[in-house]
Amino acid sequence: MVDLLVYAVCAGLLLILATGPLGAIVVWQRMAYYGDTLAHSSLLGVAIGVLMNISIEASVIAICALLALILGPLHRWSGGSIDSLLGIASHGSLAAGLVAVSMQSGKIIDLNAILFGDILAVSGRDLALLGSVTLGSSILLLINWNSLVALAAHRDLAQIEGRRVALLEVLQMLLIAVVVAVGMKIVGVLLISALLIIPAASASRWSRSPEQVAVGAIIVGACSVVGGIASAWWLDTPAGPSIVLFATLLFLIALPTGKYRLGS
Amino acid sequence: MSALVTLHSVGLVAGERSILSNINLKLMPGTITSLIGPNGAGKTSLVKIVLGLSKPSEGRVERQQKLRVGYMPQKLALNTYLPLSVERFLRLSDYRKRKLAWAMERAEASHLAQYSMHKLSGGEVQRVLLARALLTDPQLLVLDEPAQGVDISGQLALYERISALRNELNCAVLVVSHDLHWVMAQTDNVICLNQHVCCHGHPQTVSADPAYLKLFGKQGDAALVPYVHDHDHAHTIHGDVVDDESTHKDCQHG
Repeated sequence: MVDLLVYAVCAGLLLILATGPLGAIVVWQRMAYYGDTLAHSSLLGVAIGVLMNISIEASVIAICALLALILGPLHRWSGGSIDSLLGIASHGSLAAGLVAVSMQSGKIIDLNAILFGDILAVSGRDLALLGSVTLGSSILLLINWNSLVALAAHRDLAQIEGRRVALLEVLQMLLIAVVVAVGMKIVGVLLISALLIIPAASASRWSRSPEQVAVGAIIVGACSVVGGIASAWWLDTPAGPSIVLFATLLFLIALPTGKYRLGS
Repeated sequence: MSALVTLHSVGLVAGERSILSNINLKLMPGTITSLIGPNGAGKTSLVKIVLGLSKPSEGRVERQQKLRVGYMPQKLALNTYLPLSVERFLRLSDYRKRKLAWAMERAEASHLAQYSMHKLSGGEVQRVLLARALLTDPQLLVLDEPAQGVDISGQLALYERISALRNELNCAVLVVSHDLHWVMAQTDNVICLNQHVCCHGHPQTVSADPAYLKLFGKQGDAALVPYVHDHDHAHTIHGDVVDDESTHKDCQHG
Protein backbone atom coordinates (compact mmCIF):
# COMPACT_ATOMS: atom_id res chain seq x y z
CA MET A 1 0.00 0.00 0.00
CA VAL A 2 2.84 2.37 0.79
CA ASP A 3 4.23 1.69 -2.69
CA LEU A 4 1.03 3.10 -4.07
CA LEU A 5 1.46 6.27 -2.07
CA VAL A 6 5.12 6.70 -3.03
CA TYR A 7 4.26 6.24 -6.71
CA ALA A 8 1.44 8.76 -6.45
CA VAL A 9 3.57 11.41 -4.75
CA CYS A 10 6.43 10.86 -7.22
CA ALA A 11 4.07 11.15 -10.16
CA GLY A 12 2.53 14.34 -8.79
CA LEU A 13 5.91 15.94 -8.12
CA LEU A 14 7.30 14.97 -11.52
CA LEU A 15 4.23 16.43 -13.19
CA ILE A 16 4.46 19.68 -11.26
CA LEU A 17 8.15 19.99 -12.13
CA ALA A 18 7.01 20.24 -15.75
CA THR A 19 3.76 22.19 -15.34
CA GLY A 20 5.21 24.81 -12.95
CA PRO A 21 7.58 26.66 -15.31
CA LEU A 22 5.48 25.83 -18.37
CA GLY A 23 2.42 27.16 -16.55
CA ALA A 24 4.22 30.46 -15.98
CA ILE A 25 4.55 30.79 -19.75
CA VAL A 26 0.90 29.81 -20.25
CA VAL A 27 -0.17 32.54 -17.82
CA TRP A 28 2.12 35.19 -19.36
CA GLN A 29 1.01 34.34 -22.87
CA ARG A 30 -2.67 34.29 -21.86
CA MET A 31 -2.95 30.72 -23.13
CA ALA A 32 -5.09 29.37 -20.28
CA TYR A 33 -7.99 28.49 -22.53
CA TYR A 34 -5.60 26.96 -24.98
CA GLY A 35 -4.41 24.44 -22.37
CA ASP A 36 -8.02 23.56 -21.66
CA THR A 37 -8.69 22.92 -25.35
CA LEU A 38 -5.73 20.56 -25.64
CA ALA A 39 -6.76 18.75 -22.47
CA HIS A 40 -10.29 18.20 -23.74
CA SER A 41 -8.98 16.87 -27.02
CA SER A 42 -6.94 14.25 -25.19
CA LEU A 43 -10.16 12.37 -24.41
CA LEU A 44 -10.55 11.93 -28.15
CA GLY A 45 -6.96 10.68 -28.16
CA VAL A 46 -7.84 8.01 -25.60
CA ALA A 47 -10.82 6.83 -27.65
CA ILE A 48 -8.80 6.69 -30.86
CA GLY A 49 -6.02 4.80 -29.10
CA VAL A 50 -8.43 2.17 -27.82
CA LEU A 51 -10.31 1.97 -31.11
CA MET A 52 -7.16 1.47 -33.18
CA ASN A 53 -5.60 -0.74 -30.52
CA ILE A 54 -2.42 1.34 -30.25
CA SER A 55 -0.71 2.79 -27.20
CA ILE A 56 -3.08 5.24 -25.53
CA GLU A 57 -0.23 7.55 -24.48
CA ALA A 58 1.02 7.75 -28.05
CA SER A 59 -2.39 8.49 -29.51
CA VAL A 60 -3.14 11.14 -26.86
CA ILE A 61 0.19 12.89 -27.47
CA ALA A 62 -0.36 12.69 -31.22
CA ILE A 63 -3.88 14.18 -31.06
CA CYS A 64 -2.81 16.97 -28.70
CA ALA A 65 0.24 17.83 -30.78
CA LEU A 66 -1.77 17.77 -33.99
CA LEU A 67 -4.39 20.10 -32.56
CA ALA A 68 -1.65 22.37 -31.18
CA LEU A 69 -0.12 22.67 -34.62
CA ILE A 70 -3.32 23.27 -36.61
CA LEU A 71 -4.93 25.79 -34.21
CA GLY A 72 -2.55 28.61 -35.17
CA PRO A 73 -2.94 28.32 -38.95
CA LEU A 74 -6.68 27.67 -38.53
CA HIS A 75 -7.00 30.88 -36.55
CA ARG A 76 -5.17 32.91 -39.20
CA TRP A 77 -7.19 31.31 -41.98
CA SER A 78 -10.62 31.70 -40.37
CA GLY A 79 -9.91 35.26 -39.26
CA GLY A 80 -12.35 35.03 -36.33
CA SER A 81 -11.53 35.60 -32.69
CA ILE A 82 -9.27 33.05 -31.06
CA ASP A 83 -11.43 32.46 -27.99
CA SER A 84 -14.45 31.36 -30.03
CA LEU A 85 -12.26 29.06 -32.10
CA LEU A 86 -10.74 27.56 -28.96
CA GLY A 87 -14.21 27.13 -27.46
CA ILE A 88 -15.38 25.28 -30.54
CA ALA A 89 -12.28 23.08 -30.68
CA SER A 90 -12.42 22.45 -26.96
CA HIS A 91 -16.05 21.39 -26.71
CA GLY A 92 -16.13 19.79 -30.14
CA SER A 93 -13.24 17.50 -29.28
CA LEU A 94 -14.63 16.76 -25.82
CA ALA A 95 -17.99 15.79 -27.35
CA ALA A 96 -16.30 13.71 -30.05
CA GLY A 97 -14.25 11.99 -27.37
CA LEU A 98 -17.33 11.18 -25.26
CA VAL A 99 -19.17 9.79 -28.26
CA ALA A 100 -16.16 7.75 -29.35
CA VAL A 101 -15.67 6.37 -25.84
CA SER A 102 -19.34 5.30 -25.65
CA MET A 103 -19.00 3.39 -28.91
CA GLN A 104 -16.28 1.08 -27.59
CA SER A 105 -18.70 -1.71 -26.72
CA GLY A 106 -16.30 -4.58 -26.07
CA LYS A 107 -13.60 -2.69 -24.21
CA ILE A 108 -14.29 -0.96 -20.96
CA ILE A 109 -12.97 2.56 -20.59
CA ASP A 110 -13.16 4.08 -17.14
CA LEU A 111 -14.54 7.48 -18.10
CA ASN A 112 -14.30 8.69 -14.53
CA ALA A 113 -10.56 8.03 -14.44
CA ILE A 114 -10.04 9.89 -17.70
CA LEU A 115 -12.07 12.92 -16.70
CA PHE A 116 -10.80 13.25 -13.14
CA GLY A 117 -7.55 11.27 -13.18
CA ASP A 118 -6.41 8.38 -11.05
CA ILE A 119 -3.10 9.24 -9.45
CA LEU A 120 -3.33 6.24 -7.11
CA ALA A 121 -3.34 3.89 -10.12
CA VAL A 122 -0.03 5.17 -11.49
CA SER A 123 2.29 2.37 -12.59
CA GLY A 124 6.05 2.20 -12.84
CA ARG A 125 5.72 2.50 -16.58
CA ASP A 126 3.65 5.67 -16.22
CA LEU A 127 6.33 7.11 -13.94
CA ALA A 128 9.03 6.40 -16.50
CA LEU A 129 7.06 8.15 -19.25
CA LEU A 130 6.26 11.09 -17.00
CA GLY A 131 9.89 11.31 -15.91
CA SER A 132 11.22 11.43 -19.45
CA VAL A 133 8.64 14.01 -20.55
CA THR A 134 9.49 16.18 -17.53
CA LEU A 135 13.20 15.85 -18.20
CA GLY A 136 12.83 16.73 -21.88
CA SER A 137 10.51 19.63 -21.19
CA SER A 138 12.80 21.02 -18.47
CA ILE A 139 15.86 20.87 -20.70
CA LEU A 140 14.08 22.62 -23.57
CA LEU A 141 12.70 25.26 -21.22
CA LEU A 142 16.10 25.90 -19.64
CA ILE A 143 17.82 26.28 -22.99
CA ASN A 144 15.17 28.64 -24.36
CA TRP A 145 14.13 30.35 -21.14
CA ASN A 146 15.33 33.88 -21.86
CA SER A 147 13.91 33.72 -25.38
CA LEU A 148 10.55 32.49 -24.14
CA VAL A 149 10.33 35.23 -21.51
CA ALA A 150 11.32 37.81 -24.13
CA LEU A 151 8.60 36.48 -26.40
CA ALA A 152 6.02 36.70 -23.61
CA ALA A 153 7.08 40.23 -22.70
CA HIS A 154 7.00 41.71 -26.20
CA ARG A 155 6.79 39.65 -29.38
CA ASP A 156 7.85 42.42 -31.79
CA LEU A 157 10.92 43.35 -29.77
CA ALA A 158 11.95 39.71 -29.48
CA GLN A 159 11.62 39.27 -33.24
CA ILE A 160 13.62 42.40 -34.05
CA GLU A 161 16.36 41.30 -31.68
CA GLY A 162 16.74 38.21 -33.81
CA ARG A 163 14.81 35.60 -31.86
CA ARG A 164 13.02 33.01 -33.93
CA VAL A 165 9.58 33.78 -32.57
CA ALA A 166 7.58 31.47 -34.84
CA LEU A 167 9.75 28.52 -33.84
CA LEU A 168 9.50 29.44 -30.16
CA GLU A 169 5.73 29.60 -30.42
CA VAL A 170 5.59 26.12 -31.92
CA LEU A 171 7.93 24.89 -29.19
CA GLN A 172 5.79 26.22 -26.36
CA MET A 173 2.60 24.86 -27.93
CA LEU A 174 4.08 21.40 -28.39
CA LEU A 175 5.46 21.37 -24.85
CA ILE A 176 2.03 22.23 -23.49
CA ALA A 177 0.47 19.52 -25.66
CA VAL A 178 2.86 16.81 -24.48
CA VAL A 179 2.71 17.77 -20.81
CA VAL A 180 -1.09 17.94 -20.91
CA ALA A 181 -1.19 14.53 -22.58
CA VAL A 182 0.88 12.80 -19.90
CA GLY A 183 -0.60 14.79 -17.01
CA MET A 184 -4.12 13.79 -18.00
CA LYS A 185 -3.59 10.41 -16.37
CA ILE A 186 -2.92 12.04 -13.02
CA VAL A 187 -5.46 14.82 -12.53
CA GLY A 188 -7.72 14.09 -15.48
CA VAL A 189 -8.82 15.78 -18.65
CA LEU A 190 -10.99 18.35 -16.89
CA LEU A 191 -8.43 19.53 -14.36
CA ILE A 192 -4.97 19.23 -15.96
CA SER A 193 -4.87 22.82 -17.19
CA ALA A 194 -5.54 23.94 -13.60
CA LEU A 195 -2.07 22.63 -12.70
CA LEU A 196 -0.61 24.86 -15.38
CA ILE A 197 -2.42 28.03 -14.43
CA ILE A 198 -3.08 28.09 -10.69
CA PRO A 199 0.42 27.47 -9.25
CA ALA A 200 1.99 29.97 -11.66
CA ALA A 201 -0.67 32.59 -10.98
CA SER A 202 -0.17 32.17 -7.21
CA ALA A 203 3.61 32.32 -7.47
CA SER A 204 3.55 35.46 -9.60
CA ARG A 205 2.01 37.35 -6.70
CA TRP A 206 5.02 36.59 -4.51
CA SER A 207 7.67 37.04 -7.17
CA ARG A 208 9.92 39.80 -8.39
CA SER A 209 11.35 38.04 -11.43
CA PRO A 210 10.20 35.52 -14.06
CA GLU A 211 12.55 32.93 -12.57
CA GLN A 212 10.93 33.29 -9.17
CA VAL A 213 7.54 32.66 -10.75
CA ALA A 214 8.80 29.44 -12.34
CA VAL A 215 10.42 28.10 -9.18
CA GLY A 216 7.57 29.36 -7.01
CA ALA A 217 5.04 27.58 -9.22
CA ILE A 218 6.91 24.32 -8.63
CA ILE A 219 6.85 24.90 -4.86
CA VAL A 220 3.17 25.87 -4.77
CA GLY A 221 2.36 22.89 -7.01
CA ALA A 222 4.39 20.49 -4.87
CA CYS A 223 2.55 21.62 -1.73
CA SER A 224 -0.77 21.09 -3.53
CA VAL A 225 0.25 17.60 -4.66
CA VAL A 226 1.30 16.53 -1.18
CA GLY A 227 -1.78 18.12 0.39
CA GLY A 228 -4.13 16.63 -2.16
CA ILE A 229 -2.73 13.11 -1.88
CA ALA A 230 -2.73 13.30 1.92
CA SER A 231 -6.35 14.33 1.83
CA ALA A 232 -7.15 11.49 -0.57
CA TRP A 233 -5.35 9.02 1.69
CA TRP A 234 -6.82 10.00 5.03
CA LEU A 235 -10.11 11.65 4.13
CA ASP A 236 -10.83 9.47 1.11
CA THR A 237 -11.43 12.47 -1.19
CA PRO A 238 -10.78 12.08 -4.94
CA ALA A 239 -7.04 12.78 -5.44
CA GLY A 240 -7.04 14.85 -8.64
CA PRO A 241 -9.71 17.33 -7.55
CA SER A 242 -8.12 17.52 -4.07
CA ILE A 243 -4.78 18.59 -5.58
CA VAL A 244 -6.47 21.29 -7.62
CA LEU A 245 -8.49 22.38 -4.58
CA PHE A 246 -5.30 22.77 -2.55
CA ALA A 247 -3.74 24.83 -5.35
CA THR A 248 -6.82 27.04 -5.41
CA LEU A 249 -6.65 27.55 -1.64
CA LEU A 250 -2.99 28.59 -1.96
CA PHE A 251 -4.00 31.05 -4.68
CA LEU A 252 -6.65 32.53 -2.41
CA ILE A 253 -3.98 32.99 0.26
CA ALA A 254 -1.62 34.55 -2.30
CA LEU A 255 -4.28 36.93 -3.56
CA PRO A 256 -4.29 39.38 -0.64
CA THR A 257 -0.84 38.61 0.82
CA GLY A 258 1.20 38.87 -2.37
CA LYS A 259 3.53 41.80 -1.77
CA TYR A 260 4.00 42.65 -5.40
CA ARG A 261 0.38 43.08 -6.22
CA LEU A 262 0.72 44.33 -9.72
CA GLY A 263 -1.52 46.83 -11.32
CA SER A 264 -2.26 48.38 -7.93
CA MET B 1 26.56 55.44 -49.15
CA SER B 2 23.86 52.89 -49.74
CA ALA B 3 20.45 52.95 -48.14
CA LEU B 4 19.80 50.81 -45.07
CA VAL B 5 16.21 50.12 -46.04
CA THR B 6 14.54 50.84 -49.35
CA LEU B 7 10.84 50.46 -50.05
CA HIS B 8 9.81 50.07 -53.70
CA SER B 9 6.14 50.94 -54.40
CA VAL B 10 4.99 49.19 -51.27
CA GLY B 11 1.27 48.68 -50.68
CA LEU B 12 -0.67 47.05 -47.88
CA VAL B 13 -4.22 45.79 -48.08
CA ALA B 14 -6.11 44.42 -45.07
CA GLY B 15 -9.29 42.66 -46.08
CA GLU B 16 -10.92 44.97 -48.59
CA ARG B 17 -9.35 48.09 -47.21
CA SER B 18 -6.24 49.63 -48.62
CA ILE B 19 -4.00 50.82 -45.79
CA LEU B 20 -0.93 51.89 -47.73
CA SER B 21 -0.35 52.35 -51.39
CA ASN B 22 2.64 53.09 -53.59
CA ILE B 23 5.12 53.97 -50.87
CA ASN B 24 8.69 54.61 -51.93
CA LEU B 25 11.17 55.28 -49.19
CA LYS B 26 14.91 55.28 -48.60
CA LEU B 27 16.51 55.36 -45.17
CA MET B 28 20.09 56.61 -45.34
CA PRO B 29 22.72 56.23 -42.60
CA GLY B 30 23.02 59.21 -40.27
CA THR B 31 19.78 60.90 -41.27
CA ILE B 32 16.67 61.49 -39.22
CA THR B 33 13.51 60.78 -41.16
CA SER B 34 10.25 61.75 -39.56
CA LEU B 35 6.90 60.31 -40.40
CA ILE B 36 3.88 62.51 -39.84
CA GLY B 37 0.24 62.09 -40.71
CA PRO B 38 -3.25 62.03 -39.25
CA ASN B 39 -4.61 59.12 -37.19
CA GLY B 40 -5.30 56.10 -39.36
CA ALA B 41 -2.81 57.25 -41.97
CA GLY B 42 -0.97 53.93 -41.73
CA LYS B 43 2.10 55.22 -39.88
CA THR B 44 2.45 52.20 -37.60
CA SER B 45 1.72 49.81 -40.50
CA LEU B 46 4.51 51.44 -42.48
CA VAL B 47 6.87 51.21 -39.53
CA LYS B 48 6.13 47.49 -39.19
CA ILE B 49 6.92 46.93 -42.85
CA VAL B 50 10.21 48.82 -42.51
CA LEU B 51 11.04 46.67 -39.47
CA GLY B 52 10.17 43.48 -41.30
CA LEU B 53 7.46 42.60 -38.77
CA SER B 54 4.82 42.48 -41.46
CA LYS B 55 5.00 41.81 -45.15
CA PRO B 56 3.62 44.24 -47.71
CA SER B 57 0.91 42.96 -50.05
CA GLU B 58 2.51 44.78 -52.97
CA GLY B 59 5.94 46.07 -53.77
CA ARG B 60 9.34 45.15 -52.48
CA VAL B 61 11.41 45.87 -49.38
CA GLU B 62 15.17 45.86 -49.63
CA ARG B 63 17.06 45.66 -46.37
CA GLN B 64 20.80 45.79 -45.92
CA GLN B 65 22.18 42.40 -44.93
CA LYS B 66 22.35 41.80 -41.18
CA LEU B 67 20.96 45.24 -40.45
CA ARG B 68 20.90 45.94 -36.73
CA VAL B 69 17.66 47.64 -35.81
CA GLY B 70 16.63 49.19 -32.51
CA TYR B 71 12.89 49.56 -32.12
CA MET B 72 10.99 51.57 -29.58
CA PRO B 73 7.35 50.49 -29.76
CA GLN B 74 4.48 52.85 -29.13
CA LYS B 75 3.25 50.98 -26.10
CA LEU B 76 4.39 48.27 -23.79
CA ALA B 77 1.46 46.20 -22.53
CA LEU B 78 3.18 43.89 -20.06
CA ASN B 79 1.14 41.07 -18.61
CA THR B 80 0.62 41.82 -14.92
CA TYR B 81 1.51 38.22 -14.03
CA LEU B 82 4.99 38.73 -15.47
CA PRO B 83 7.10 40.48 -12.84
CA LEU B 84 10.11 42.22 -14.36
CA SER B 85 12.55 44.72 -12.99
CA VAL B 86 13.94 47.25 -15.45
CA GLU B 87 17.27 45.46 -15.43
CA ARG B 88 15.68 42.06 -16.07
CA PHE B 89 13.59 43.54 -18.87
CA LEU B 90 16.74 44.83 -20.54
CA ARG B 91 18.51 41.51 -20.02
CA LEU B 92 15.85 39.92 -22.23
CA SER B 93 17.83 41.54 -25.02
CA ASP B 94 21.43 41.46 -23.79
CA TYR B 95 23.11 39.96 -20.74
CA ARG B 96 26.41 41.87 -20.81
CA LYS B 97 26.72 44.11 -17.75
CA ARG B 98 28.79 46.88 -19.32
CA LYS B 99 26.51 47.02 -22.31
CA LEU B 100 23.47 47.33 -20.06
CA ALA B 101 25.09 50.09 -18.04
CA TRP B 102 26.00 51.96 -21.23
CA ALA B 103 22.50 51.74 -22.70
CA MET B 104 20.82 52.75 -19.45
CA GLU B 105 23.16 55.69 -19.08
CA ARG B 106 22.54 56.84 -22.65
CA ALA B 107 18.78 56.64 -22.15
CA GLU B 108 19.06 58.26 -18.71
CA ALA B 109 17.48 55.24 -17.11
CA SER B 110 20.36 54.13 -14.84
CA HIS B 111 18.56 55.10 -11.64
CA LEU B 112 15.57 52.94 -12.63
CA ALA B 113 17.49 49.64 -12.84
CA GLN B 114 15.91 47.96 -9.81
CA TYR B 115 12.39 49.38 -10.27
CA SER B 116 9.50 47.16 -11.30
CA MET B 117 8.48 47.66 -14.92
CA HIS B 118 4.88 47.79 -13.72
CA LYS B 119 5.40 50.84 -11.54
CA LEU B 120 7.05 53.19 -14.02
CA SER B 121 5.55 56.43 -15.27
CA GLY B 122 4.97 56.98 -19.00
CA GLY B 123 8.21 58.92 -19.37
CA GLU B 124 10.20 56.30 -17.48
CA VAL B 125 8.82 53.50 -19.66
CA GLN B 126 9.95 55.42 -22.74
CA ARG B 127 13.48 55.75 -21.36
CA VAL B 128 13.65 52.03 -20.63
CA LEU B 129 12.36 51.22 -24.12
CA LEU B 130 14.97 53.53 -25.60
CA ALA B 131 17.66 51.76 -23.58
CA ARG B 132 16.44 48.42 -24.89
CA ALA B 133 16.52 49.73 -28.46
CA LEU B 134 20.12 50.88 -27.95
CA LEU B 135 21.20 47.41 -26.80
CA THR B 136 21.11 46.14 -30.37
CA ASP B 137 23.87 48.64 -31.40
CA PRO B 138 21.41 49.98 -33.92
CA GLN B 139 22.34 51.09 -37.40
CA LEU B 140 18.70 52.06 -37.69
CA LEU B 141 16.66 53.34 -34.77
CA VAL B 142 12.90 53.20 -35.25
CA LEU B 143 10.78 55.15 -32.79
CA ASP B 144 7.00 54.92 -32.92
CA GLU B 145 5.56 58.00 -31.22
CA PRO B 146 8.28 58.11 -28.59
CA ALA B 147 6.78 61.15 -26.88
CA GLN B 148 3.46 59.52 -26.09
CA GLY B 149 2.57 59.80 -22.41
CA VAL B 150 5.53 62.06 -21.71
CA ASP B 151 5.09 65.56 -20.30
CA ILE B 152 6.20 68.64 -22.24
CA SER B 153 9.61 69.11 -20.64
CA GLY B 154 10.23 65.38 -20.91
CA GLN B 155 9.35 65.48 -24.59
CA LEU B 156 11.89 68.21 -25.22
CA ALA B 157 14.58 66.23 -23.43
CA LEU B 158 13.62 63.07 -25.32
CA TYR B 159 13.88 64.74 -28.70
CA GLU B 160 17.23 66.29 -27.78
CA ARG B 161 18.42 62.85 -26.74
CA ILE B 162 17.36 61.39 -30.10
CA SER B 163 19.29 64.04 -32.01
CA ALA B 164 22.32 63.51 -29.79
CA LEU B 165 22.17 59.74 -30.23
CA ARG B 166 22.08 60.10 -33.99
CA ASN B 167 25.28 62.12 -33.83
CA GLU B 168 26.94 59.76 -31.41
CA LEU B 169 26.01 56.45 -33.05
CA ASN B 170 25.77 57.81 -36.57
CA CYS B 171 22.68 55.69 -37.05
CA ALA B 172 19.66 56.37 -39.19
CA VAL B 173 16.53 57.32 -37.30
CA LEU B 174 12.94 56.82 -38.38
CA VAL B 175 10.58 58.51 -36.01
CA VAL B 176 6.80 58.77 -35.97
CA SER B 177 5.98 62.07 -34.36
CA HIS B 178 3.16 64.47 -33.73
CA ASP B 179 5.47 67.24 -32.64
CA LEU B 180 5.62 69.31 -35.81
CA HIS B 181 7.94 71.93 -34.33
CA TRP B 182 10.61 69.39 -33.60
CA VAL B 183 10.03 67.61 -36.89
CA MET B 184 10.54 70.81 -38.81
CA ALA B 185 13.49 72.04 -36.77
CA GLN B 186 15.53 68.91 -36.18
CA THR B 187 14.85 66.26 -38.78
CA ASP B 188 16.49 65.92 -42.16
CA ASN B 189 13.66 64.44 -44.09
CA VAL B 190 9.92 64.56 -43.54
CA ILE B 191 7.39 62.15 -44.94
CA CYS B 192 3.81 63.24 -44.76
CA LEU B 193 1.69 60.11 -44.92
CA ASN B 194 -1.98 59.63 -45.49
CA GLN B 195 -2.18 56.09 -46.84
CA HIS B 196 0.20 57.23 -49.53
CA VAL B 197 3.07 59.70 -49.41
CA CYS B 198 1.35 63.09 -49.71
CA CYS B 199 4.58 64.96 -49.80
CA HIS B 200 8.11 64.43 -48.64
CA GLY B 201 11.47 66.08 -48.53
CA HIS B 202 13.30 68.68 -46.51
CA PRO B 203 11.19 70.09 -43.64
CA GLN B 204 11.02 73.55 -45.22
CA THR B 205 9.78 72.16 -48.47
CA VAL B 206 7.18 69.99 -46.81
CA SER B 207 5.87 72.64 -44.47
CA ALA B 208 4.90 74.80 -47.44
CA ASP B 209 3.43 71.98 -49.45
CA PRO B 210 -0.29 72.39 -50.09
CA ALA B 211 -0.89 68.74 -49.15
CA TYR B 212 0.83 69.29 -45.82
CA LEU B 213 -1.08 72.50 -45.18
CA LYS B 214 -4.30 70.76 -45.97
CA LEU B 215 -3.63 68.01 -43.42
CA PHE B 216 -2.11 70.06 -40.64
CA GLY B 217 -3.07 73.66 -41.36
CA LYS B 218 -0.68 76.50 -40.80
CA GLN B 219 1.09 75.91 -37.52
CA GLY B 220 1.61 79.62 -37.04
CA ASP B 221 5.20 79.42 -38.08
CA ALA B 222 5.79 82.69 -39.84
CA ALA B 223 9.45 81.94 -40.37
CA LEU B 224 8.67 79.46 -43.09
CA VAL B 225 8.96 80.83 -46.54
CA PRO B 226 6.00 80.09 -48.80
CA TYR B 227 7.00 77.61 -51.40
CA VAL B 228 5.09 76.50 -54.42
CA HIS B 229 5.12 72.81 -55.08
CA ASP B 230 3.59 71.07 -57.99
CA HIS B 231 1.31 68.58 -56.34
CA ASP B 232 0.28 65.83 -58.66
CA HIS B 233 -3.06 64.80 -57.24
CA ALA B 234 -5.97 65.96 -55.14
CA HIS B 235 -7.71 64.46 -52.13
CA THR B 236 -11.31 63.90 -51.21
CA ILE B 237 -12.32 64.95 -47.73
CA HIS B 238 -11.60 61.40 -46.58
CA GLY B 239 -8.02 61.68 -47.68
CA ASP B 240 -8.44 59.32 -50.61
CA VAL B 241 -6.43 60.19 -53.63
CA VAL B 242 -8.41 61.39 -56.58
CA ASP B 243 -6.00 60.78 -59.34
CA ASP B 244 -6.25 60.82 -62.99
CA GLU B 245 -3.76 58.44 -64.46
CA SER B 246 -1.93 60.99 -66.57
CA THR B 247 -0.64 63.04 -63.65
CA HIS B 248 1.05 60.12 -61.99
CA LYS B 249 3.55 59.39 -64.66
CA ASP B 250 6.18 61.72 -63.28
CA CYS B 251 5.48 60.97 -59.67
CA GLN B 252 8.73 60.58 -57.80
CA HIS B 253 8.05 59.72 -54.24
CA GLY B 254 10.98 58.38 -52.34
